[in-house]
Amino acid sequence: MTQTFDSGTRPGGPGRSGRSGGLFRRDSAFRRAPGRRRGSPRLAVGTLIVLGLAVLVVPVVARLDQQLVDLGAASLPPRPAHPFGTDEMGRDVLLRAVYGLRVSLLVGLVAALVSVTIGTLVGLVSGALGGIADRFIMRVVDGVNSIPHLLLGIFIVAMIKPSVGAVIVSVALTHWTTTARIIRSEVLALRSRPFIDAAISGGSSRLRIVRRHFLPHLAPHVALAAVLMMPHAIWHETALSFLGLGLPPHLASLGNMINDGARSLLAGNWWASIFPGLFILLPTLAISALTQYWRDRTSPRWRSELQL
Amino acid sequence: MSRTLARMAVWRVAFAVPLLFAVTAGMFALAKASPFDPIRQYLGDRAQTTSPEVTARIRENWGLDRPLIEQYLDWLGSLLRGDLGESRSLHRPVTDVIGERLGWSLLVVGGAIVVMLIVSLAVGLPAAWRRDSWLDRFITGTAYANEAAPVFWTGLIAIWIFAVQLRWLPSGGLTDAAATTVRPGDVLRHMILPVAVLAFSQSSWLLLFVRESLINTLREDFVTGARARGLRERTVLVRHALRSALLPFITLLGARIPELVTGAILVETIFSWPGVAGTSVQAALAADFPLLAALTLLATLAVVVGNLLADAAYVIADPRVRVLGVS
Repeated sequence: MTQTFDSGTRPGGPGRSGRSGGLFRRDSAFRRAPGRRRGSPRLAVGTLIVLGLAVLVVPVVARLDQQLVDLGAASLPPRPAHPFGTDEMGRDVLLRAVYGLRVSLLVGLVAALVSVTIGTLVGLVSGALGGIADRFIMRVVDGVNSIPHLLLGIFIVAMIKPSVGAVIVSVALTHWTTTARIIRSEVLALRSRPFIDAAISGGSSRLRIVRRHFLPHLAPHVALAAVLMMPHAIWHETALSFLGLGLPPHLASLGNMINDGARSLLAGNWWASIFPGLFILLPTLAISALTQYWRDRTSPRWRSELQL
Repeated sequence: MSRTLARMAVWRVAFAVPLLFAVTAGMFALAKASPFDPIRQYLGDRAQTTSPEVTARIRENWGLDRPLIEQYLDWLGSLLRGDLGESRSLHRPVTDVIGERLGWSLLVVGGAIVVMLIVSLAVGLPAAWRRDSWLDRFITGTAYANEAAPVFWTGLIAIWIFAVQLRWLPSGGLTDAAATTVRPGDVLRHMILPVAVLAFSQSSWLLLFVRESLINTLREDFVTGARARGLRERTVLVRHALRSALLPFITLLGARIPELVTGAILVETIFSWPGVAGTSVQAALAADFPLLAALTLLATLAVVVGNLLADAAYVIADPRVRVLGVS
């Protein structure tokens, strides 16, 4: 409303007039609330469906022989037979990227689930106990947040030897704090609701309140936190792999592919590292667009937390 | 004001000291649980040929046979005395390694902060002013995409464009491979890409923030008042709206230090820049505990100090905080 008023009272004001100004602008500002311009999530859903199908179907149709090396076809630029070109070992970049996406999604999913579980438990305990315990736990959360995530992740991976398990542990141990904060604040908000008072007056135990009242209310928030955590987890996994501290080098993962491709980049082979990066970018963008849409519709309060 | 500042500083330090102790304890516990044997690492290939007696003597010398708590206190004591130990992969004192490389990291990160501030202001301002125009859409769209793109990927694209295709800038390193001395002009040329990539990757959140904050401020009464008084649009934008839109920005910048460290780790690795952040990756690849632990502590300290500085700057910049105090 204020926006309409604002532009309506200064017809032909400096900068507002001209080709892009006029009636149309005012009209569109009237209809749209700020920050909600990306109304339809169709593109994001489509991207996710295509990527999901590729990840599920391609491994059935085309088998990836990890060790297959064809030096005769090494470093071929993109062409119909190899839409993304081939890497310095002559392997098809598109096929490997799909497999890499599969690995990254899988590792990201497991890591996100573990970290959201930890975060939910911590947030629930903190919010439900309250008082000194709550304050202490939140200090610990602040403390973990004070160590840069990637550095802490690198430290953890370095100490337990780079492997799939180490990457999952590393992501889970560094990413639970945002979920814990959100769940705690939700629990605090829930605690002041009348039906909780009623349950306490009715003689419900703490455990029963947590199980019967808190958890069902928190379920959608936990689900959203898990979805939002996915891109973070994928990013973290690919970054670790890129640094050579993640998944084993023989495994086709997006981070490993970018790392391998970086070596031949100086020789002019850009496709081996740039295309796999698109497979990190696309799901991340799609998920963040989707969650933004969902968040705007359900709980606007969340906009500040857990932003990508 | 000075009392508010002092109270805040004491409060922050009171939180930072136990935090740093907790970080050392956590790192030590992780290192002890790790399957790496520091002696084998120290010996490297010689581990095969060294007799068990010698190994046992080193173990005793290093105090590895004593109880864990004693070892921890020992390590902590030497940390407090300023002795960070010796890097196991570089075979040099950790203090030397950090002293030599910290400056290069600060150079890149400092440069990136300056560039990022200028760029995000210069781009965020027109985006907010011409809200919903095609320009705004382009800017915010790029910012969202950039936010989702991993910095090691954008860095590679930058190398490909500017170093491989156009051959304008070197693809990495501190100086030319043939150079024997470090000359400022040479370093500057090698610095451009890392600084630009780090600044670009970090600037999108800042830009989006500037835009959003400015849009909200432009709706406030005092802006309408300034316009009603007939001030020029540029004066209204820059002197009135931007000034108050930028207040929360100081705190946010302080809170972004973890991300800056993360970005520095990746950027320094891509461009083989000899700073401390990239060194942490080499230390991790070699499971070099003393070096990695020192760097993690350093980063944590940087985050704490950054938060303190941001809070202090906020108190100085915003009179309301001075009166109401810091919560």
